[in-house]
Amino acid sequence: MTPPLNEPPPPVVEMRGISLAFPGVKALQDVDFRLFPGEVHALMGENGAGKSTLIKTLTGVHRPDGGQVVLGGDEVAFSSPGEAQHAGISTVYQEVNLCANLTVAENILLGREPRRFGGIDFPAMRKRAGEVLARIGVHIDPGSSLGEHPIAVQQLVAIARAIAVDCRVLVLDEPTSSLDAGEVAELFRIMRVLRDEGVAILFVSHFLDQVYEISDRMTVLRNGSLVGEHLTADVDRRTLIAQMIGRDLGALEAIEDAAEKRHPDGPVLLHASELGRRGAIDPFDLEIRAGEVVGLAGLLGSGRTELARLLFGADRADSGRLVVDGKPLRLRGPRSAIAAGIAFSSEDRKGEGLVADLSIRDNLVLAMQAARGWTRPLPRRTKDQLVEKYLKALDIRPANPDALVRTLSGGNQQKVLLARWLVTEPRLLILDEPTRGIDIGAKAQIQQLVTTLAAEGTAVLFISAELEEVVRISDRIVVLRDRRKIAELDGSVTGVDEVVELIAGGAAPEKVVS
Amino acid sequence: MTTLAPRVPSRFLPVLATVALFVLAFGVGSARYDGFASGQVIANLFIDNAFLIVLAAGMTFVILSGGIDLSVGSVVALSTMVTASGLQAGWPVPLVVVAVLLIGSTLGLLMGLVIHKFDIQPFIVTLAGMFLARGLCFVISVESVSIKDRTFRDVATAAIELPGGVTITYNVVIALLVVAAAMYVLHRTRFGRTVYAVGGSESSALLMGLPTTRVKVGVYVISGLCSSLAGLLFSLYMLSGYGLHAVGMELDAIAAVVIGGTLLAGGVGYVLGGLAGVLVLGTIQTLISFQGTLSSWWTKIVIGVLLLVFIAVQRTMVRR
Ligand SMILES: Nc1ncnc2c1ncn2[C@@H]1O[C@H](COP(=O)(O)OP(=O)(O)OP(=O)(O)O)[C@@H](O)[C@H]1O
Ligand SMILES: [Mg+2]
Repeated sequence: MTPPLNEPPPPVVEMRGISLAFPGVKALQDVDFRLFPGEVHALMGENGAGKSTLIKTLTGVHRPDGGQVVLGGDEVAFSSPGEAQHAGISTVYQEVNLCANLTVAENILLGREPRRFGGIDFPAMRKRAGEVLARIGVHIDPGSSLGEHPIAVQQLVAIARAIAVDCRVLVLDEPTSSLDAGEVAELFRIMRVLRDEGVAILFVSHFLDQVYEISDRMTVLRNGSLVGEHLTADVDRRTLIAQMIGRDLGALEAIEDAAEKRHPDGPVLLHASELGRRGAIDPFDLEIRAGEVVGLAGLLGSGRTELARLLFGADRADSGRLVVDGKPLRLRGPRSAIAAGIAFSSEDRKGEGLVADLSIRDNLVLAMQAARGWTRPLPRRTKDQLVEKYLKALDIRPANPDALVRTLSGGNQQKVLLARWLVTEPRLLILDEPTRGIDIGAKAQIQQLVTTLAAEGTAVLFISAELEEVVRISDRIVVLRDRRKIAELDGSVTGVDEVVELIAGGAAPEKVVS
Repeated sequence: MTTLAPRVPSRFLPVLATVALFVLAFGVGSARYDGFASGQVIANLFIDNAFLIVLAAGMTFVILSGGIDLSVGSVVALSTMVTASGLQAGWPVPLVVVAVLLIGSTLGLLMGLVIHKFDIQPFIVTLAGMFLARGLCFVISVESVSIKDRTFRDVATAAIELPGGVTITYNVVIALLVVAAAMYVLHRTRFGRTVYAVGGSESSALLMGLPTTRVKVGVYVISGLCSSLAGLLFSLYMLSGYGLHAVGMELDAIAAVVIGGTLLAGGVGYVLGGLAGVLVLGTIQTLISFQGTLSSWWTKIVIGVLLLVFIAVQRTMVRR
């Protein structure tokens, strides 16, 4: 039931002339936005363009300074997300905004839980949560606590929460940023079902393939202003990207091509033999040379993150040996890894890594100082130069070192997280989903940066759910399946298809993460 | 992310540790002193600490939500003062009870509203509440006021006989009812689960559309209500009202809750933990009084050491 395009039904959401300013930033300026029933509408724009802010003004998190919001014909002014929810707007915000200390079932149903005799009916709640999860193809114990699941599963739980109630508007702010192809397909299936039932869906993603696959219409924002609204079928990628970044695509392509393949032959930096941890990852061998980029490919739950955590000492290995620089290294925790020059940029930027209430500068300085040891203070000038350098290298916006990390857009926080580890000048840099939620322009820049780092002799272990990226950037690709290392491929001759085949291994993709 | 680790124990570990500690302390007492291992000694633990059990239950709500309430000791004192002087003025007991409970919850409501509306740290606001309530006591009277009301004295001295010749007071019954009610609210109601959600992550709870305002203010109302009820129990226990009653009792309550395994950061803990914490503190006190030669300051020292140990354990658990 895609709307007949010649005569669309009246929009269910209409935002007119929305403006919103934060101290020092005009986040939205006179933005119009329409959302029709039975459509998937993509909201497009670079990091910091104002997408999440527009969503938050719709759902009552922020009150606009000017303009009006009309829902189903009536003007509304929600004063809290709860009110928007009651009015039929279900939202998955960017980042996982759930409570790790509660169970999965509570996270899905709290606020509309089944009751019995006045109290919460927990068995019914778990059953209902299990059903909702099954709808999006997730099979985990609803009674388990949320915090023990990886980020991707948490993101799926957030989606389950949004679709657990009947809604007329479903808002999904970067729901796919840490999902694998399988889960994305499952999500899209559900989105299509809901769309055909007449639900209006607002969708944000930096993956153009996904946007073109699922959306019917799109609105493009740039620097807080409306650039245009189009039917997806009417704009090609070039035009879209040009509209988003406000200049031509040429510069971007040049960056992508620069990532040519090399054959690093530096000395072996790290050598793991039979390293493993029961229940997390089977014993594996791995060698990483200085100046080499090793990619880790595998599905969610294949042991990607677990392998990285072993190398960083975040989890203790229970078998095998680790040799760094030809000397055996016993990791007693992240601290000994950092001392050995290993850095780990985690996928969980909210939980680990950044101090949201400190400025960009303080976050970077903290990291630098921690790596050097507190007894050897850095001169202020060096600090400022380094901060300046990475602000520029990663194109963090606003480029103001004193901006609080909390106030940055999702993508820009990710860049700060990356910078936080880069300033420590590690010898082995482990990047777990470093480009999550980052726009295409910045993504190319980050890939470029990784290649440059490698050329300067840093070893990089690169983990990403996005296979194209892994294949493009890696000198060597390690493939994982079911918590086992199953292959090691030469990155210069391997294609994405080959990796996909290995990962799938003929068997049905494993989605259950227990 | 060790998903294979057994789940239930790790969640209950701190509470279990506290219970084990209680059993251990009690075992040591029983082995060393004759007459320690009697039902009445256990009953006395409850009788002597009924008010603290109620305070700890209220404090658990506040700490679970990520806050703190320093005013509870002073509110206890204020409640004893209102009770004693009200009875002295000839008010009927039911009126006194209602007045005391109303004053306590209103104070809690006011503190909660200030904390929420002006976004001030609970530490500061309840510190102010602590001085305010303490000051109000002395506005009523600077002297200790003894309670002579007949009904009140009868309730205070009434003994409930349990099988085995053990006796308890009404205070104990009330305290246990409060614990049961608190457990019901925290675990079975939306309000209670939202307390946990707010303590886990306030911003997430807000974005999940949960009524965070109601919860953030509500926990202080509950704590105020519990403090005034504890004040009534304390009046029954002491049979007097005095502005210097219950000095520092807020710290005992916080200590009990923390020793019971509730995280000061919020979001993790159980009412039963607080109860176990109170019993541990009570047992240590009993041990020292049985010992006879040690000064009661040893209680404080042991409590201090225990607190440090428990907080250290919590840190490592959170870091994991
Ligand atoms: N609470 C806040 N205080 C101050 N500035 C803010 C706040 N929230 C957002 N901003 C600013 O508003 C602008 C728009 O941010 P927004 O989060 O909407 O971007 P976005 O389009 O969602 O980007 P991304 O793709 O990275 O998620 C950014 O410049 C950001 O720094
Ligand atoms: Mg965003």
